[in-house]
Amino acid sequence: MQLGFLVDLHLCMGCKGCEVACKVENEVPLSTWRLRVKYIDVGMYPETKRTFTPLRCNHCANAPCERICPVSALHYIDNGIVNIDKERCIGCAGCIMACPYGAIYIDPETQTADKCTYCAHRIASSMMPACVVACPVEANIFGDLDDPTSNISKYIQDHRDTRVRKPEKGTDPHHYYVGGGDVNLNPLASERIEGYSLFNKLTHLPVGGHH
Amino acid sequence: MHTVVEATHAVVTLDVALPSIVWGWIITMNMWAKSIGTGVIFMLFYLLKKYPNEAGYLRFPVIVVSIVFIHIFLLFTVIDLHQMFRFWHIFTHPHLTSAIAVGAWIVTGLVGLLFLMAYMVFLKKDTASFDKLLPLAVIISIPVTLYTAAIMAEATARELWQMPTEAVQMILAATLTGSATLILMGKKLPYAAKRDLGIILGLSAAMAFIIYMSEMVFGPMKAEEVMVTLQAVKGAGQYTTMFWLGQLMAFIVPMVLVLLSISSKSESLLKLAAILAIAGLWIVKHVWLIIPQLLNLS
Repeated sequence: MQLGFLVDLHLCMGCKGCEVACKVENEVPLSTWRLRVKYIDVGMYPETKRTFTPLRCNHCANAPCERICPVSALHYIDNGIVNIDKERCIGCAGCIMACPYGAIYIDPETQTADKCTYCAHRIASSMMPACVVACPVEANIFGDLDDPTSNISKYIQDHRDTRVRKPEKGTDPHHYYVGGGDVNLNPLASERIEGYSLFNKLTHLPVGGHH
Repeated sequence: MHTVVEATHAVVTLDVALPSIVWGWIITMNMWAKSIGTGVIFMLFYLLKKYPNEAGYLRFPVIVVSIVFIHIFLLFTVIDLHQMFRFWHIFTHPHLTSAIAVGAWIVTGLVGLLFLMAYMVFLKKDTASFDKLLPLAVIISIPVTLYTAAIMAEATARELWQMPTEAVQMILAATLTGSATLILMGKKLPYAAKRDLGIILGLSAAMAFIIYMSEMVFGPMKAEEVMVTLQAVKGAGQYTTMFWLGQLMAFIVPMVLVLLSISSKSESLLKLAAILAIAGLWIVKHVWLIIPQLLNLS
């Protein structure tokens, strides 16, 4: 079994229901996110378009975070998920430096690394990840990539514009996007201009709470 | 009045990027102290081979300096851990694909060996056994010096840190600071030995400088991420001043001072070069550590 995610960006409307559901389900502390929805505006008025891209751990087959973790706190489980053992983590932040997707953070409450686990605890109880359940338009498609009859496998077969983030890194992500382009998936393809953010006064807690 | 953003540009209007600087000055201290701790071992080996009688008195002080700086390196390694009291997990649950775990094991071996050598030379007064152990210390010091480069290489997200460039820079940092430290410690050394150390310092500085400049010029031609990362040290970049201050202090000025000291046989100039190189390397290492962390990954 190889569990994977696919987000159909044609369907996503940026409601952030997945983000909120993830926060609640996993008790993700303030100023940290396991799943974020990024907004990017393209074009010039009146020809403008806003795109929405949910970003989470890619559960790579060749995960740099798993490789660099000195104590195997980040490890694969049988269904292909890259899981994290918070009791074992020493908080060296090697995984944060290794992950090309910026998907890992130091939990300010436990002082250990944390990230999306595809809701491994829910899957163990035969439930879907919280973000999948919360999505009102079924933009999040989750399932077994090894099963050709699963929804996710069929979706990948039916859509030629399926892409992953940063394929050049050789991480072999198990997280796919349909309808995504450079603007959505390449962080260097879009600008971050002062004053153009919807929320301008965000407060960040210090990294890891004590540094 | 509204600013017009060009139609071809995409603008991020909502994203809460994860905090950027994760490895800060504590890790800089780690790399800097390790360079000195291993570099002095390399230089002691060279001096004892070439000047066995004149450099003999350096056996114990060099081992002490190495032990002190290796422990500074270990202290800063541990205090950077967000769960520092779990550091022993590296020994009970080691993951051997990780350069962090492998490095920790190797440096533990080096610490044991250094204490054994200190015992041999100070308590047993057995310089013969010390000299037999020294090549082993040199051999172990090589991976200890290099493993931080391996960690940087495993940091897939940071395109700037490439192997084997970082490995070469780590060795050069060790020879630079090792020779500089021995210049400062070796008052009683003959001038020829000091000149040798000066040449090692100057050549290390020259080679490290050439590599940094090559990366500055050619790195952006290979990878978009490197181009964006290096904008932090070019033009009006956030770290431009600090970068050039480091290059001047660690490499450019010491190179010139070494040349001047050799031509005038001035030991004061050599000492000044040594001090500048040691201090400047901290700045160089710090800038190179920080700038890839400014890059937004999402």
